[in-house]
Amino acid sequence: MNISAGAATGLDIEKIRTDFPALHQEVHGRPLVYLDNAATTQKPRAVIDAVRSFYEHDCSNVHRGVHALSQRATVAFESSRTAIKTFLGARDSREIVFTRSTTEAVNLVAHSFVRPRLNPGDEVLITEMEHHSNIVPWQLLCDEKDATLRVVPMNDDGELILEQLEEMISERTRIVSVVHVSNALGTVNPVEEIIRLAHDKGVPVLIDGAQAVPHMKVDVSALDCDFYAFSSHKAYGPTGIGALYGKRQHLLEMTPYQSGGDMILSVTFDRTTFNEPPHRFEAGTPNIEGAIGLAKALQYIEMIGIDAVQAHEHSLLAHAKEAILEVPGVRLIGAPQHRAGALSFVMEGIHPHDIGTILDQEGVAVRAGHHCAQPIMLHYHLSATVRASFGLYNRVDEIDALIKGLHSVREVFG
Amino acid sequence: MSDLKDLYQEVILDHNRNPRNCYIMDGASCTADGHNPLCGDIVKVYLRIENGIIEEISFQGQGCAICTASTSLMTESVQGKSVEEAQGLFDEFHQMLTGVAEEQGVVLGKLQVFEGVREYPVRVKCATLAWHTLNAAMEEKKKDITTE
Repeated sequence: MNISAGAATGLDIEKIRTDFPALHQEVHGRPLVYLDNAATTQKPRAVIDAVRSFYEHDCSNVHRGVHALSQRATVAFESSRTAIKTFLGARDSREIVFTRSTTEAVNLVAHSFVRPRLNPGDEVLITEMEHHSNIVPWQLLCDEKDATLRVVPMNDDGELILEQLEEMISERTRIVSVVHVSNALGTVNPVEEIIRLAHDKGVPVLIDGAQAVPHMKVDVSALDCDFYAFSSHKAYGPTGIGALYGKRQHLLEMTPYQSGGDMILSVTFDRTTFNEPPHRFEAGTPNIEGAIGLAKALQYIEMIGIDAVQAHEHSLLAHAKEAILEVPGVRLIGAPQHRAGALSFVMEGIHPHDIGTILDQEGVAVRAGHHCAQPIMLHYHLSATVRASFGLYNRVDEIDALIKGLHSVREVFG
Repeated sequence: MSDLKDLYQEVILDHNRNPRNCYIMDGASCTADGHNPLCGDIVKVYLRIENGIIEEISFQGQGCAICTASTSLMTESVQGKSVEEAQGLFDEFHQMLTGVAEEQGVVLGKLQVFEGVREYPVRVKCATLAWHTLNAAMEEKKKDITTE
């Protein structure tokens, strides 16, 4: 079968695959077919080496030592911030705040930006398509402040209803927080338009970009979003680190998130002067090796070329969409016009967890469950789906392995 | 695929397709809701207990084949048993799926078909959800008794 899916897009997939050590293993006696990239991606050798190299040569704390190792660690850590700035098209490195994850970035905005300006009766606007991490922080905040959480609905194709979104932005709306690419459906939302609609009414916008950054060019300056959050580990970097882009003028106005070391200028028992952004929001010793690994991961994506990645994954999705429907009883969930990364489906009469277990026996790793997006499941009256999600190293013949696995599922269940 | 045949035995597939005692019970003496937040499986167990004997048991729910079949087979195996006997069965069943020793006795009968699940640690909770729910329902009944 054709294994040169990259040929059409100029990517040498076989060469790329040699960069990812974890891909070359057997699971239950079958070659691993890793289609759970929306959960986390595998890491290229360059990232693994960068993390190891930090511990072998430069291990030290940042921002506080006069010795050589500390200076090297600080330079490496702050260079990572610059790399993220460049990758996201931000204007200033000081607009990049390191977080643990996309989740923490959302919590940071909720706590430090929205909370001080949210009054009883005010509104926070999210959508039906959000991951729990872009729902729960707002629920808690709205409960605390006696504010209202409003939810923009989506249609059965899994696309946001923009007319309703426009109507729902009111003079009480303090923030619009919306996912760039749905982790459960793969829908690419028209965030440019959403940002414009919100800005027309003077409302700031946070974009959850966890599932967008690994799949498409993101330019925060062109988008003009107020905040943009993403995670390293879904973009070939280490776990436990992510970043928040925030417009400089917002960050300057914001109160601290967590407090402690590194986020202060001076401390007496009477009074503490807080450090400037971004350090104001980075209390404690940071995930230094994570930042270094993340920068390496972004460099790796740039080396491959994000446009080529997008084209390659697009052709994988197109093939998968067609091939999967040839399996009797399979139904795709959502039919968005613009899709990236992921495909969700169910099989008549067979629960996603049984499908996941049987595919695993065939070496095929997928996600079965509600994908931390239960409102989406509720929309389709489902408790769970199977999700196949793709990365830059996946091949067309891996989709064939998935399809073969689905036929095995049908065999087992008769 | 031989491994999978151990997991998805014919009895399990049959009970998944045609679950027994799957209805809402009127006049239940106690009920409990079980929920597996990780995978979204939900089950509600209804009991009619008279003089310490499970005279009637039924369930409603939504889950994978292992969860559905386990609930169905559980209802069959505890029907007519005393609350203590049902708790004993739960312990045996739990031991079979999670214990280290292979000392489970013949008392499990049909429930033995779930032995294969122990090879799939992430699926153990699918098989035990119904039993935890049954236990909760019986505990609820006990509480009723103690407060009377």
